[in-house]
Amino acid sequence: MGKDDTRAGPLVRRPDNSAFKQQRLPAWSPMLTASTVLPFFYLTALICMLLGVLLLLTVQSTQEIKVDYTEAGTCNICLQKRKNVTNGALPCSCTVVFSVEKAFRGNVFFYYGLRNFHQNLRRYMDSRDDAQTVGRAGNLKNPSTYCEPFRKDKNGLPIAPCGAVANSIFNDSFSLVYHGSTGGFVPVPLLRNGVTWYTDKNIKFRNPQKENLTLAQVFEGTAPPPYWQKPAYALDPSDSTNNGFINDDLIVWMREAAFPNFKKLYGVLFRANKPFTKGLPVGNYSIHINYNFPVQHFQGRKEVVLTTLTWFGGQNHFLAIAYLVTSSVTLLIAVGLTVVWWKFGRNGKNMEK
Amino acid sequence: MLLRLFFSSLELERKLRANDREYNLSFRYATNAIKTSKYNFFTFLPLNLFEQFQRIANAYFLFLLVLQVIPQISSLSWFTTVVPLVLVLSVTAAKDATDDIVRMNWDRSAHVSAFSPKGEVRCEPPNNRLDRFTGTLTCSSQKYPLDNEKILLRGCTLRNTEWCFGLVLFGGPETKLMQNCGKSTFKRTSVDRLMNILVLCIFGFLAFMCTILAIGNYLWELNEGSGFTVFLPRLDGNNAGFSAFLTFWSYVIILNTVVPISLYVSVEIIRLGNSFYIDWDRKMYYARNDTPAEARTTTLNEELGQIKYVFSDKTGTLTQNIMTFNKCSINGKSYGTSSDYEHLKKTVDFSFNELADPRFVFHDHSLVEAVKLENPEVQAFFKLLSLCHTVMAEEKKEGELFYLAQSPDEGALVTAARNFGFVFRSRTPDSISIVEMGKQSSYQLLAILDFNNVRKRMSVIVRSPEGKLSLYCKGADTIIYERLHHSCSKLMDVTTEHLNEFAGEGLRTLALAYKDLDEGYFTQWKQRHHEASTCLDNRESKLEQLYEEIEKDLMLLGATAIEDKLQDGVPQTIEQLSKADIKIWVLTGDKQETAENIGYSCNLLREEMNEVFIISGNSLDDVRQELRSGMFLHLKTCWCQHKECSHAYALDHTVELEFLKTACMCKAVICCRVTPLQKAQVVELVKKYKRAVTLAIGDGANDVSMIKAAHIGVGISGQEGMQAVLSSDYSFAQFRFLQRLLLVHGRWSYLRMCKFLRYFFYKNFTFTFVHFWYAFFCGFSAQTVYDEWFITLYNLVYTALPVLGMSLFDQDVNDVWSFQHPQLYVPGQLNLYFSKTAFFKCALHSCYSSLVLFFIPYAAMHSTVRDDGKDVADYQSFAVLTQTCLLFAVTIQLGFEMCYWTAVNTVFVLGSLAMYFAVTFTMYSNGLFLVLPSAFPFMGTARNSLNQPNVWLTVVLTSILCLLPVVTHRFLLMLLSPTINDKVMFKVRKAKATPPPPPRRTRIRRTSSRRSGYAFSHAQGYGDLVTSGRFLRRPVTSRSSGFTNAGRTTTGFSPMGRSAGYSPTGKAQNTKVPDVEVTSLQMYRTITNTTL
Repeated sequence: MGKDDTRAGPLVRRPDNSAFKQQRLPAWSPMLTASTVLPFFYLTALICMLLGVLLLLTVQSTQEIKVDYTEAGTCNICLQKRKNVTNGALPCSCTVVFSVEKAFRGNVFFYYGLRNFHQNLRRYMDSRDDAQTVGRAGNLKNPSTYCEPFRKDKNGLPIAPCGAVANSIFNDSFSLVYHGSTGGFVPVPLLRNGVTWYTDKNIKFRNPQKENLTLAQVFEGTAPPPYWQKPAYALDPSDSTNNGFINDDLIVWMREAAFPNFKKLYGVLFRANKPFTKGLPVGNYSIHINYNFPVQHFQGRKEVVLTTLTWFGGQNHFLAIAYLVTSSVTLLIAVGLTVVWWKFGRNGKNMEK
Repeated sequence: MLLRLFFSSLELERKLRANDREYNLSFRYATNAIKTSKYNFFTFLPLNLFEQFQRIANAYFLFLLVLQVIPQISSLSWFTTVVPLVLVLSVTAAKDATDDIVRMNWDRSAHVSAFSPKGEVRCEPPNNRLDRFTGTLTCSSQKYPLDNEKILLRGCTLRNTEWCFGLVLFGGPETKLMQNCGKSTFKRTSVDRLMNILVLCIFGFLAFMCTILAIGNYLWELNEGSGFTVFLPRLDGNNAGFSAFLTFWSYVIILNTVVPISLYVSVEIIRLGNSFYIDWDRKMYYARNDTPAEARTTTLNEELGQIKYVFSDKTGTLTQNIMTFNKCSINGKSYGTSSDYEHLKKTVDFSFNELADPRFVFHDHSLVEAVKLENPEVQAFFKLLSLCHTVMAEEKKEGELFYLAQSPDEGALVTAARNFGFVFRSRTPDSISIVEMGKQSSYQLLAILDFNNVRKRMSVIVRSPEGKLSLYCKGADTIIYERLHHSCSKLMDVTTEHLNEFAGEGLRTLALAYKDLDEGYFTQWKQRHHEASTCLDNRESKLEQLYEEIEKDLMLLGATAIEDKLQDGVPQTIEQLSKADIKIWVLTGDKQETAENIGYSCNLLREEMNEVFIISGNSLDDVRQELRSGMFLHLKTCWCQHKECSHAYALDHTVELEFLKTACMCKAVICCRVTPLQKAQVVELVKKYKRAVTLAIGDGANDVSMIKAAHIGVGISGQEGMQAVLSSDYSFAQFRFLQRLLLVHGRWSYLRMCKFLRYFFYKNFTFTFVHFWYAFFCGFSAQTVYDEWFITLYNLVYTALPVLGMSLFDQDVNDVWSFQHPQLYVPGQLNLYFSKTAFFKCALHSCYSSLVLFFIPYAAMHSTVRDDGKDVADYQSFAVLTQTCLLFAVTIQLGFEMCYWTAVNTVFVLGSLAMYFAVTFTMYSNGLFLVLPSAFPFMGTARNSLNQPNVWLTVVLTSILCLLPVVTHRFLLMLLSPTINDKVMFKVRKAKATPPPPPRRTRIRRTSSRRSGYAFSHAQGYGDLVTSGRFLRRPVTSRSSGFTNAGRTTTGFSPMGRSAGYSPTGKAQNTKVPDVEVTSLQMYRTITNTTL
């Protein structure tokens, strides 16, 4: 079809007759009509209902136990001890007993939780050096200024890992014991590795490497964060590959929580041996805690959370309920709109006016 | 040196010598170059940057940038501000640069070379008075006075002469015309002004939010923060108060997105795009002179959708300024066809007549047959037309006649006579030579009883070659009828019928009559006439009496009907515009009858508007009295018009408000005899008191001031002259394109701009408010909710194109339907789509959305974990989740706003979402992190959280909850009180099966009994000029008649040929007393009528 206007002669300045320039592009013009809106509402209500029910069932199938050990059991002593700053470095351990009424089926996850701990403060969050923890030699000895005031110690040695986040690492440790049905105490085996994101463990956190040097030698000339009792390269005496910046607990801690109440993965139940092959059996358990982390300054609470999981994650009823509520609200609105439509808009007389 | 400085700063007198360049240059008068461009190559960058930072928004972002550099405050990395700022500055700079290049191309300097004898001119310094000039020319030690008649103004074109001697007195910016142009003011749209107010409100709101958060921070630091210092010591022992102070500024940075920097740029881009549509519109392209419409200003588009008042010039805008001899009634027989069927009939062949004007077109063969058959009445009819006039003929070459007529009507009549075989050839003060059906004959011209406004007729007394004495008279039918001999009463009845018919078609009519005179009576009359005209006192009335005496017992010949050709589609356009509730005021320099006539023929005035309200008082008090009385009239069906002088009074401060009130009560307003300045004053008056958006449309230099004064100025291009176009904001070739400009382009632009603004504020408020809610969970520490890269790119990449796509393509109904329902235009006039209320609703909506977008993810993710037990409630995952929710919510909202989904929109919307994921996964990739760990700390977050079903379920839930109330609200509104848009869209849907209605082509027919105006468009004939013979003796006359002004650029006043007869002094036109200030009319008395 050639252009009927030749680009010369009297019509040189005539605009092109293209759909775009003439604003005639083919288009879909949707409009709110009863035949689209009402079915959409009913359908939304139905889908939300189904999702809500599905989620509710899923969440109900999980089990969760929370044990607040801030001052429970013998931990009260430790809490008092930690209140006194001079005793800050003294070890203190305590035990909290709880019972499992209904057996945990499947994988059981062990979390520690903190309340009212603001990992999301801007200055706190910024106070870290990702270049250092990814193993850059330069940043190991000369951390980023973001780490202030935990960049260098009193002697001027660079802190590794630097910054407020690493310094404030949660340093309670737990061991869980099952009070067997026969009266014996069976330690509950916890897998302490594999609690981090793959990307964190393998890419984001790396130890600085120098040829033929051990980790301790690499870290030479650096200081541990002031609140740490052990240097970074000696965090896990049992596993040499779990030291330095790639220590699982450190990585978990370094993934700052979005809200002041949070829980972080501590370990997963090791189900190879009886009686834990199917999960956690019914009975009493006690947690032995090396009580180090002070929470009284900021009116915080500490807890331990044991939970099973589904495809949906842990036990959070919110989405299930939210979907059910949304479904009912949508349904109500849909019914209301239908009534209004029936009364006023059905024959389109408002439209005709 | 001192002296020169004195001169240049306070010029009292101007001295120039012809051909003495050095002498002239020594005064450093302005050269003829007019510079409107702002930059050159080197000054562009610094000047442009300086200018840009003067804009409050840009300065604000510079301030933000400074804040961000302070480490204690910096809550966002520098790049979040720098990237948008640089982008915005470069886009604006690019636009400014192109604008400036365009302006440079406009800057043309004319070059005049002259060679003339030595001489010196002394004259007044440059001023803006077009009607006054004083100076002296000293040449060969002889002094000549120079007045207004002897100067040419900028823009004149030399016609009918090959050369002239001249001396440039004022050049470039000092020319009278440039001095008279007035300052071009920078026009802003009302949306612009509203936006500025809103931006200020937003600043206030921002400060308010930041204050709340700072107080929150203070309290938090007092209660909780002090306990947390173990983990996060305060810097340098800052206390809570100082921390709150810092927090305030930190939140200013974070919440700055409420005043998004990209707002202004996006607005500019949208306007530019919508301007291009105007340039591209084929339906506003006029093929006859190859003129497309042009948006000369690209910043006013949405204002086109809000026009309430249209001020239109008449001549050249509503009319083509072409008078055509259309019909006539001769001796009771009507000739000529209705113009509707013109195209059906063949035009009459005038080849029998060698002297015929080839441009003359007539469609009724019977008339030419009647002439050829030597029908005595028909011949007498045309003989009258060829004799009774004040036209002057110019015959440069044998047979090439050129008529110089005072009014186009006269020219049309004489031309008609010429083509029908009665060719007016030349005249002397006492004779008229005509060619009668090929025979040369000379008539002795004994007297011209000239036209004026009271007489409404003109007569000539001639002696034919055979020696017969006759009086020929033409004039307004009512006047002629009173003076007819009772023997022609039968003919009168028939002719009256014809006259009514002509008038009904909006034609301008004249009745023609003649009378044979008795030799003896005439000699005696002539004697008395001579006495009267030499008499000193009461001359006027004595002459009047004499004329009255001789012009009686006339014999009716017939009537002529002249069409003042309207431009195509003017009545339809006016009808459409008035349906769209646009008030049209016609401001014209013409006299009342002409204007009234056009008012009827273009459908502005209608038969049912029978209460005419005319303001014609001659003093301030009279006018006031008239206006007051007008207030009590029931004016629903009336129209009002003003005459020359009363207009000046009506615009007086003391009565202007009353004038406006009265005028606005009228259905139609026609202002006659207004000067260019008064045109502008009327516009200013409406602007000032009605607070309505005004548009002025015109084609000539006399419309420039009005075009500049109105919110929108439209120039009719392709006619003579460019002055109006050059100062206009939009230009096109035909008045009828105005309806497309307003009802289609304007409406869409306004709709798009408002949709854009509503949506833009919505998406940014929503974005920002989420930060506000998060503050309550992060100790008011100015922590952001989203990733910094998301903050940087949200406005620029993720949401820019979809909203731009909407604002460039959206249309509620297409152009055909827009024309079908002009009422769709009304919401724009009422500011319904975007106002403070709409803005407030937007903010509320954003508030709701942000609550959903923050608290649903918060509750859903709170102490939740991934399906493998690992973290997903961490800050980074939460950020990714929230920003994904936000992006989906605003994108869905956009889709909901859009009425017109083109493929481009779909690509933009889906593309932006795809872009979000692509960019997000790239930013969070291993590679980028390993290169710059501190810039891309979110490494791996997207991979680890976006594969979780609960994350996606949260996204879906927030989307549903954000959309639900909007759909409900809109659907309910549509059911209960649908807007005009809803109704039309509903109709469109219903009509979808059938094709859209064809645009109506019905011609507006008036069955009018109203007697239309008579065809004398000038005020006072120049019969005495003709008879005095001055034009033959005085070389100055031939000089000025050799010039015609191009596009009326010279004075701004209508010269003859368009609509003569304006007197700025308000004095009657026939008082040609020498000491009266020279008026522009007189100046142009003898100028060529170029249209014939």
